[in-house]
Amino acid sequence: MIGFVLFFAWLGFGGDYIWALSSGHHPFPWLGILITIVAIGTAWYSYKTGPEKVLWATGAQELTVPQTDAERQLVNVVEEMAIAAGVPRPRIWIVPDEDPNAFATGHDPRDSHIAVTNGLLRICSRDELQGVIGHELGHVKNLDVRLMTTLAALVGAVLLVRDGMGRMMGRGRLPGRSSGRRAKDAGPLLAILLALWVISWIIAPLVTQLLAMAVSRRREYLADAMSAQFTRNPLALASALEKIESAVAPTPSIKRGAAHLCIADPLGRRLTNREGWLADTFATHPPMGMRISRLKGMGYAQLKKEGGSFTSSALG
Amino acid sequence: MWVLLVLIVIVGLWVIAAYNGLISLKNQTVNAFKQIDVQLKRRHDLIPNLVNAVKGAMDFERSTLEAVIQARNQAVKVNASGPENVKQISQAENALSGALSRLLVTVERYPQLKATGNIGQLQEELTSTENRIAFARQLYNDTATQYNTKQQQFPTTLVTGLAHAERTDLWEIEDQAERAVPQVDLSRR
Repeated sequence: MIGFVLFFAWLGFGGDYIWALSSGHHPFPWLGILITIVAIGTAWYSYKTGPEKVLWATGAQELTVPQTDAERQLVNVVEEMAIAAGVPRPRIWIVPDEDPNAFATGHDPRDSHIAVTNGLLRICSRDELQGVIGHELGHVKNLDVRLMTTLAALVGAVLLVRDGMGRMMGRGRLPGRSSGRRAKDAGPLLAILLALWVISWIIAPLVTQLLAMAVSRRREYLADAMSAQFTRNPLALASALEKIESAVAPTPSIKRGAAHLCIADPLGRRLTNREGWLADTFATHPPMGMRISRLKGMGYAQLKKEGGSFTSSALG
Repeated sequence: MWVLLVLIVIVGLWVIAAYNGLISLKNQTVNAFKQIDVQLKRRHDLIPNLVNAVKGAMDFERSTLEAVIQARNQAVKVNASGPENVKQISQAENALSGALSRLLVTVERYPQLKATGNIGQLQEELTSTENRIAFARQLYNDTATQYNTKQQQFPTTLVTGLAHAERTDLWEIEDQAERAVPQVDLSRR
């Protein structure tokens, strides 16, 4: 969050400084102040309204009074997992969608939300549901939910301000040209600054997006491991992931902006299941096969330690 | 001279950080232990309602239900006598867990019972109640282990005296019978 605001301050004040060097008469850094205020405002606004926006966009409905057996079970499982994770019980939401998926959002463990789709409730056994909820609570406990919301705000705001600036620069170009004589006097320092500043503007959206994705992928593995720590049953999460993956249909009610929050890529992009640098750079989720095999590795290690033989009941 | 001053400041900052870390873990451990109590209390409050709801449908298993109620009343009584009787409390709670798991096994034995809404609900509530207690104990053990490890590790061990940190005991199953792996005979079904 602070980095975000500082980055914008550089974009703004840097522009002012270059302008001052090149024109010689620019006493008040209005550009820097304006952009910094806009950045702080956007960051604060997205931080405050992020969770509500995500939930609203997916059409989720809050589950306050459970009616069916499945809903009662969901509430119980969430409460159990909250005890295991040592966090307050998050608010529970149900997304009316037949594709199995789940996500978590919120600011911190005291104010968090967990949403699951109807499809997930339908296909998962109690143990598998426990694994999935444990994964989401892992995100909550690691404060991933806040990080993700901030990253989403960052990507959006950079794009917004850059587009606005592009228009402003178009108009402000002429005075800059007319004072070109002074620019030569300022020498190489100005040229380097100017180049750096322009490059920052161009790559800002790309860098923030790549950052969001890299963070997101690492966090998925971590949340899988946290789930195993809470339930002591990594094989249940592995089988839940297998079920979610075999339901290949994309989750239509979860839009692109919230994709990195979900347990499985809701867009059904094929990129997610590939290895290699391209997938490593652009996918929001690690390949499902890798996640499942890591979880199974944990499961076998656990069985070995307990001295039990690997039986079909453990696969259940 | 300056080097010495900087060194003192760094060491001072480290002592503060290590001390605060230990205090934080200590309080987390205490809180996690209280969570077990909260969940046990919840179980005591829940059992009478659950049993009343299924009394009619399970009239032929009256003895199992009565065993549960009796174990519950015993646990409530021991708990009321004060927190000092840790051993008796854990014995009573273990007896209650045993009675509840026998009830669960009984319900499993009559698949046609599950069709009645109440029984399905009973099963879910019982499973969830036992899970909550198990997870509360797991959290306590995890937190206490973290606290104990931190105390013993160098260099944090140098400030344990300052923070009045002491080793905490982990939750263990005291009943030898419960420690044994349950033998489930599947041929009955």
